[in-house]
Amino acid sequence: MERSPLVPDPGSAASSPGLPRNLGLPEYVTRRPSGFYRTLNPATKLAIAALEVVTVFLVPGWLGPIAVLLVLAVVAAASHTARALAVIGLAASPLVISIMVVNLFILPGAVDPIFRAGPIAPTWSGLWFGLLTSTRLLVFSSAVALAYVTTPVDDLLADMSRRGLGRRGVFVVGAAVQMVPRTIERVGEIMDAQRARGMDTEGRIWRRARAIVPLAAPVVFGALTEVEERTMALEARAFTAPGRQTQLRVPADRSRDRALRWAALLALAGVVVLRLSGRVG
Amino acid sequence: MSLDLAAVRYRYAGSSSVALGPVDLRVEPGMVVGVAGANESGKTTLCLVAAGMAPGVIGGRIEGSIVVDGVNAATLRPHELAQRCGLLFQRAATQLTHTTATVFEEVAFGPCNLSLAADEVVERVWWALGALGIEALAPREPTRLSGGQGQLVALASVLALRPKYLILDEPTSELDPAGTALVADALVRAARETGAGILLVEHKTDVLARIADEMVVLDRGSVAMRGPVADILGDVRLADLGVEAPAKVRLARDLQAAGADFTAELASALG
Repeated sequence: MERSPLVPDPGSAASSPGLPRNLGLPEYVTRRPSGFYRTLNPATKLAIAALEVVTVFLVPGWLGPIAVLLVLAVVAAASHTARALAVIGLAASPLVISIMVVNLFILPGAVDPIFRAGPIAPTWSGLWFGLLTSTRLLVFSSAVALAYVTTPVDDLLADMSRRGLGRRGVFVVGAAVQMVPRTIERVGEIMDAQRARGMDTEGRIWRRARAIVPLAAPVVFGALTEVEERTMALEARAFTAPGRQTQLRVPADRSRDRALRWAALLALAGVVVLRLSGRVG
Repeated sequence: MSLDLAAVRYRYAGSSSVALGPVDLRVEPGMVVGVAGANESGKTTLCLVAAGMAPGVIGGRIEGSIVVDGVNAATLRPHELAQRCGLLFQRAATQLTHTTATVFEEVAFGPCNLSLAADEVVERVWWALGALGIEALAPREPTRLSGGQGQLVALASVLALRPKYLILDEPTSELDPAGTALVADALVRAARETGAGILLVEHKTDVLARIADEMVVLDRGSVAMRGPVADILGDVRLADLGVEAPAKVRLARDLQAAGADFTAELASALG
């Protein structure tokens, strides 16, 4: 077989000392997480997250959210992710506030006012329903966030690939997960460019809101025009070659993972069946 | 053994006008062919056509033939062509996958797509990084690199597929002088150590003067000038084609205009 000029011949300049050499697969590629929860297989963490989400919404009253919240608190403390989850929880605060306000004042059918001040009459029912809904929302987002912050994206993708998801599917999932930081980065670049041209993007809320319009178009159109170049760049890297992608690192899938996954899926099915049969709720 | 474009003409999909051609061009292994031209002269189109992206991926209509080492490029599938003609674009950001945690894994993406054995992938990655002298970047996060470093990682990602020809579309166009110097140094090194044939589209003629052996100048899609790089870059007609001469040439000309005889220095400046 003919040798490519880019393939170093033994004894050629490229294979001489001091020039390119094979240092083996580095540790930062084979990196292994530490701690019980972080070392779980990504699919196991997804199964647990699914069980938590279903429990939060299908188990009636406070039992579901509180039970899941206790589990999350223990896992977050053990995996040192409490701070990250708190930040994510804070990000949900505008939604929580709006849920509380809407339910507190205009919950349909609520007739137990806490007090009356003219047309304003917050109700006890609205307060409890708002708190329950907000708690469900926060526990739900924390369950998903815990799986996210304890699972490197490339571990998730490698595991999906190992389980037979095609390279297109894996890439779509990876690109979707990375879309948020990439979009934030792009918004920053465009804001810098707009500021350089005199646009005021800071200060009072109405000024910031007014700056969104000229930001939105470049972000959206820029992303669209990037698609063609990204497609060609993928083709230039043999993305459409047949066969399975080589895996440099495959997340471990131990017997404890399989046991936990089965337990989580059985419990999830149990919650659904109990809910549908009317034995709970 | 060469990359040959013969009487190539290309129209973009939906366009009635010819964007490129007729163009005849040959790139041989070990040779660096520089391409310059004004905006809209067809430089990027030439890259896309030579790498088989046009019409293979983006559509359009092509006439003439592109032959890679005796094989008609039209008969090759994109991943087969990618192993013969590597293509590098202007912007590093759009070439990175954004799905890998380290530069090592980013460079490994292409070889992994070829379903090579893991040992072979690892060997190729180290080789590609070493060919550009950027092994130290291997553990870094690809999205947190400077523009020049990102472009080098993108180039290493292409090199890892071990193509016989590299087609580089203005790899320094978005870089500052430091980034340009970084990429230019790496290209010199890559040309020397890989022996690949390189088609380098570049509007910074100082870079071409340093790297290229031969040069063509495009004008409205066609080849307006071609020859040894020193001859082309010293030709006074270059400016009429929207291409600025290298700084050394302009300086020598200014000094000549001031009455000094710098013929020897001019020749020396162009190597």
